[in-house]
Amino acid sequence: MSSGIDSVLMGIILMNLWLVATSRISACIKIVAFQGILVAFLPFVAHASSVTVETSLFVLATVALKGFIFPWLLFRALREANVRREVEPFIGYPVSMVFCVFIFLISMWLGARLPMPRPVFSALVVPVSFATILIGFFIIISRTKALTQVLGYLVIENGIYVFGMALLVEQPVLVELAILLDVFVAVFVMGIAIFHISREFDHIDTHHLSQLRDWTAPKEEVRP
Amino acid sequence: MNVSGYLNIFLALVFSPFLFGVINRTKAFFAGRHGQPIFQLYFDLGKLLRKGAVYSRTTTWIFRGGPIIGLAALLMATAIVPGGKNGAVIAFSGDVILFIYLLGLVRFFAVLAALDTGSSFEGMGASREVQFALFAEPAIFLALAVLARRTGQISLSGIYADLTFETWQIAAPVLALVAGTILIVFLAENARIPVDDPNTHLELTMIHEVMVLDHGGVDLGIILYASALKFWLLGSLFIGLVVPLRTGNAGLDAVVFLAGMTVLGIIVGAVESVMARVRLLKVPNLLLVALLLSVLALIFGMR
Repeated sequence: MSSGIDSVLMGIILMNLWLVATSRISACIKIVAFQGILVAFLPFVAHASSVTVETSLFVLATVALKGFIFPWLLFRALREANVRREVEPFIGYPVSMVFCVFIFLISMWLGARLPMPRPVFSALVVPVSFATILIGFFIIISRTKALTQVLGYLVIENGIYVFGMALLVEQPVLVELAILLDVFVAVFVMGIAIFHISREFDHIDTHHLSQLRDWTAPKEEVRP
Repeated sequence: MNVSGYLNIFLALVFSPFLFGVINRTKAFFAGRHGQPIFQLYFDLGKLLRKGAVYSRTTTWIFRGGPIIGLAALLMATAIVPGGKNGAVIAFSGDVILFIYLLGLVRFFAVLAALDTGSSFEGMGASREVQFALFAEPAIFLALAVLARRTGQISLSGIYADLTFETWQIAAPVLALVAGTILIVFLAENARIPVDDPNTHLELTMIHEVMVLDHGGVDLGIILYASALKFWLLGSLFIGLVVPLRTGNAGLDAVVFLAGMTVLGIIVGAVESVMARVRLLKVPNLLLVALLLSVLALIFGMR
């Protein structure tokens, strides 16, 4: 049954590629939500023999949160911020895609060298999780909007979740629930923050934010 | 005697124009029309072959030779491409590369013949054709390399004979990626809709049609037949991959293959009915996606 797991992991990677190639923010939110749902079902595919009630409830909670509540929060932020609906990347879409494949190649190399404490259910789990985390970082640095940075953050979380699947075979639930709660609070707060940023500055373009600085006293004129 | 191989050649030579009829009827069905006869391309070919040809005084032998060399290269390719599970007449290690370069030769002479007319209009089409080939060729190369690695064979017939349901069970994600690549390249190389619209005659958008504008009569007939053959050959690479059915009987396999090709024609017709052309500037992106899919498949298959 290795083929089923590999298909899901391949799907996660393809979602990453699709995400960096998409120009509409609303489409990006949907892709990340879909990726979250796909990732959430990984315990069912990976540990099909030992599915318990707890696992099912956990998967259900993850799907509800990543697939429905996060997109809802983000769509609300998008609507209230009232910004242009395009991603406006620093790095163009084709180059981003090539870069992501390159990241995946590096992750494969890294994953092959990383010693694992116990055998993992698929050799691809670690590379895919690394690649997803790195692509999340890439999205954060290469896109200008504050909203897309939240999306990058969620992609990183998806990658960590996949990694957790590989490492914590017995008790992933407690740790993951804690992470999930953190992420939920973070997205909630970031949604509000985006709204406030856009109200204050009329845009959510982060690269203007780097020019913010405290008020500095004007230099004293030097008198001769 | 490799009977099934000759059966392949027979099918390709006789049925390749039939697929265009299938596509046209599918499009007509979607549009709510009755559509042209399903054998229209045969009638067109018959009409064109009875005509004479008119040549411009500015053209040289390259213009006259282009269609013939193209057809000859495609006929050679017909001999090495397997039809589904039925191996080809000629199969040797590395005929994958020969196949891709035969297609390259066809394109090269089509482009030269277009440039030979001296028309800036055809030069535009030639330039676009070459530009898109830049992405499409490595994509199909890598896709076939992945298949070769997966099956451990380096001839097209060997590769496609070894692709079975078991291969799909073991390596479904890799094969699905390869199938995606081959489908995109297939549509691009045959100038079908996401890349080029075969019906349009608008100079800003057309690619393949514009290169053959100055050909007429017999030459045009040869070009039409050659493009039908090319459609058939690249399509058989796709169908051989996604229909890994093997009955053991050459005749039954041929019937399965023919049914698969007909379904492919219907799929292409459906795609053309429901999709719009991609903007010309976006076409390299689409082909880049095909290339990256095959790179991903290669990385996945390497471990």
